[in-house]
Amino acid sequence: MDRFAYILRRLVQAVPVVLGVTVLCFFMIHLVPGDPARTMLGVHATPKKIALLHHEWGLDRSLPAQYELFMKRLVHGNLGESLFYNVSAWSLISGRLPVTLWLIGYGTLLSILIAIPLAVLAASRKDGARDQVVRAVPLVGLGFPPFWLGIMLLLAFGLHLGRLFPVGGYGTGVTGHLHAMFLPALTVALGIAPILIRSLRASLLQVLESDYITTARSKGISETRVLLRHALRNAVVSTVSVLGVNIGFLVGGTVIIEQVFALPGIGQLMLNSILQRDFPVVQGVTLVFGIMVVFVYLATDILHSLLDPRVRFD
Amino acid sequence: MTIAVAEGIADALATEHRSGFRRRWYRTPAFVAGILIVGTVIAVAIAAPLLTSYSPNQQDLNHVLQGPSSKHWLGTDQLGRDEFSRLLYGARVDLRVAFLAVLFPFCLGTFLGCIAGYYGRFLDTIIMRLVDIVVAFPFYVLIIALVFVLGPGARSIYIAITLVGWVSYARIIRGEILVAKRQEYVLAAQAAGFRDLRIIARHLLPNVITQAIVFAMSDIVLDILAIVTLGYLGLGIQPPTPDWGGMIADGQAFLTTKWELSTIPGVAVILTALGLSLIGDGLADLLRPE
Amino acid sequence: MTDTPILDVRDLRVDIPLSRGTVHAVDGASFALRPGEALGLVGESGSGKSMTLRAILGLLPNPGRIVSGEVLFEGQDLASASAGRLREVRGASIGMIFQEPMTALNPVMRVGDQIAEGPLAHLGQSRSQARARALELMRKVGIPDPERRSHAYPHELSGGMRQRVMIAIALACEPRLMLCDEPTTALDVTIQDQILKLLLAMRRDFGVSVVFVTHDLAVVAQTCERVAVMYAGQVVETGTVEEVFRAPRHPYTLGLLRSVPRFDLKRQSLDSIPGQPPDLVLPPPGCRFHPRCRFAQDDCLTGEFPLRPLGAGSGRATACIHDDVCVADVSRNPVIANA
Repeated sequence: MDRFAYILRRLVQAVPVVLGVTVLCFFMIHLVPGDPARTMLGVHATPKKIALLHHEWGLDRSLPAQYELFMKRLVHGNLGESLFYNVSAWSLISGRLPVTLWLIGYGTLLSILIAIPLAVLAASRKDGARDQVVRAVPLVGLGFPPFWLGIMLLLAFGLHLGRLFPVGGYGTGVTGHLHAMFLPALTVALGIAPILIRSLRASLLQVLESDYITTARSKGISETRVLLRHALRNAVVSTVSVLGVNIGFLVGGTVIIEQVFALPGIGQLMLNSILQRDFPVVQGVTLVFGIMVVFVYLATDILHSLLDPRVRFD
Repeated sequence: MTIAVAEGIADALATEHRSGFRRRWYRTPAFVAGILIVGTVIAVAIAAPLLTSYSPNQQDLNHVLQGPSSKHWLGTDQLGRDEFSRLLYGARVDLRVAFLAVLFPFCLGTFLGCIAGYYGRFLDTIIMRLVDIVVAFPFYVLIIALVFVLGPGARSIYIAITLVGWVSYARIIRGEILVAKRQEYVLAAQAAGFRDLRIIARHLLPNVITQAIVFAMSDIVLDILAIVTLGYLGLGIQPPTPDWGGMIADGQAFLTTKWELSTIPGVAVILTALGLSLIGDGLADLLRPE
Repeated sequence: MTDTPILDVRDLRVDIPLSRGTVHAVDGASFALRPGEALGLVGESGSGKSMTLRAILGLLPNPGRIVSGEVLFEGQDLASASAGRLREVRGASIGMIFQEPMTALNPVMRVGDQIAEGPLAHLGQSRSQARARALELMRKVGIPDPERRSHAYPHELSGGMRQRVMIAIALACEPRLMLCDEPTTALDVTIQDQILKLLLAMRRDFGVSVVFVTHDLAVVAQTCERVAVMYAGQVVETGTVEEVFRAPRHPYTLGLLRSVPRFDLKRQSLDSIPGQPPDLVLPPPGCRFHPRCRFAQDDCLTGEFPLRPLGAGSGRATACIHDDVCVADVSRNPVIANA
């Protein structure tokens, strides 16, 4: 019951942040130098069209009134209409959202599968050969531009080496998705794995100095069990927050990865809309991204409280 | 106690925090390696006109997509431009933009962090709420959106990165100040009646700035990656100005025939980033109080 | 009951290499324990008593290692045993209790599971069997309402409860030897007494031999038959509690005994041992206690002073070459009134 109240409270706390996100998005339109309507219309600008857009966007009203309009529309799920496609921005977004969600989920899973064994390997024998190698990974790995890594993976596994994976696209059906999205998910995973490894290794090393590890060893259980059931289980508690922050980062990274692998997700939608100057869609996607991240952090907090029984709910 | 004496004591206590940095730096191999790498990259970038006779934008449509030769050390791209010169001049652009792009958030973030940490309460709440909101956005999404709104080019990059990047510095500085302002030398300075600005600038800042400097090193890496990524997406440094990201984008169409076009600039980024990371790690080690 | 010791530590030396120098945490520790006995290992903080205990099971903190000596458990040397052999012995044959129950228990694991872990690994029991055993042990160590408590996490229990859990963990596989590292030091005085009584009861019920590390002489007097006194990494005196407390033969032991507040004796002042324990990286030459010793003489300043048996096979030994001076001092000024 306590936990439920805690989750509720965190949800409530997230509201002001979400509101802030909307305000920021709202102000985007006002950051555009010059007249946003004229800029959006580009070569198609005529005084009549400009006035029409002004009216539609409520730019002919006062600022607070505009925000009110914005929020009113938002609450009804109206993110505006695409200038390019003449359909609601939301329909464009919702159609492509699953792809991006797949990419994020798949990528996160892979990154955990990569990071945990490497970190455990490194921490189990500190300063040993394996440790040195694993420590070099974040050092070099953090300098890899994710999109370049994606291209290299494409080159290696998509074009050469037996053409194992498709060069682009989403695939059909669950196994189709898993197959087609493997390279992009791997790119995403390799992007955040270095930070996870570094953080988890540090956590593990600290945990391994704890008294309860000595107690565990004094029971005569296998070293594997000590590492996994005692050390790792405690180390992940602090790594969860790092993972959360990184998923936030990862969400943004999908924009680029989708571009490299031609995945029809909302990231690619955003980039195309930018090139087409389809402002409402850009604004809508930014908003969706912002809200996604807020929920990722929320989920991280909840996961943390599930993993650590010492978290107090008051 | 006279003001001068009190000031002297406060000063003396404040400087105690400076660590024995100088004696150890050359004995840390990682740090030295980092300096060597970055130094080489910078030197090569500065010496670009000396190292190559080609202009990076010089097209030669008779010699497109050529392999390495004695005339073109790294070959040519799809417009016949010399890859090697593009690489070197690209280094100039990317490095300059990156170094500047880390400076602005550093200053803004440090300033806001000082205020939030020192004055606390209302100002602190506002600034930290702002932090929460900015942090709520995925870094790249915000940068891309801002660059979109402001138009592509280096100026937008500076603005976008500053508006998004100040957050980490503010957090770090605020955290350090919250701890440091309880220290005795601050209380001594406050008791002596110094103005807040003086206390912050002369006494608190020198001691808390080290963490921000260490972070700045990994931040430069992030900024280089951001600049290169924006270049790849066509949103950053605009052609024909050479930029490593743009070069990788150009090369992607020719992956099957001339994969070096995309690979080599990437390697350049990785090397530069590695050097900066080594410096950053070494700095963190050296500046850590014993 | 045979006379061969269940535990025979012979000239154990433990080094801990640190950046500022190598700490000789244990530099010649020797003592023996007969089956069914309880031995108190006493000394100040930093005397090496905890390290000695940990060395027995090979649980030294990371840079530490045994450099020489033997640890004979039932005739087998543990100091040179393989990791696999050590793991067999731990928990199953030798159990250990630690000082700080808050940090010595895994914070994210339920206490019932922590108790059941040993039997699960060593006794080949199924999960439900091990769990039942854990509940049984919890009852034995006096934890009320074990069914409910076994689902608790360590931070939800009081200090005394946590220590009982630790004891249950140590006894889970019915070991023959129990090593206790200051199990009551971190507890309230009232709880201390309860835990001590519990340990005594467990000793009786399970028939384990015990090594009891503590700095509290009163506890040793209450619970142990034998005692070994440590100073600066060395065992300086051994014997039965009766022998050592009534007639100590080392100035350090004498000093310790004299500095214990005795409320049943009227005394003018509280004697304490002047000075500080030495730095174990660079200990003083000769007898390590000589800088603080009232009876120090010139020949105490150089040379080695290993434990010297007094009388054959009795386990009575001292490292002091002038123990007769101690004897004389005690006969003038008894430590324990005829009680």
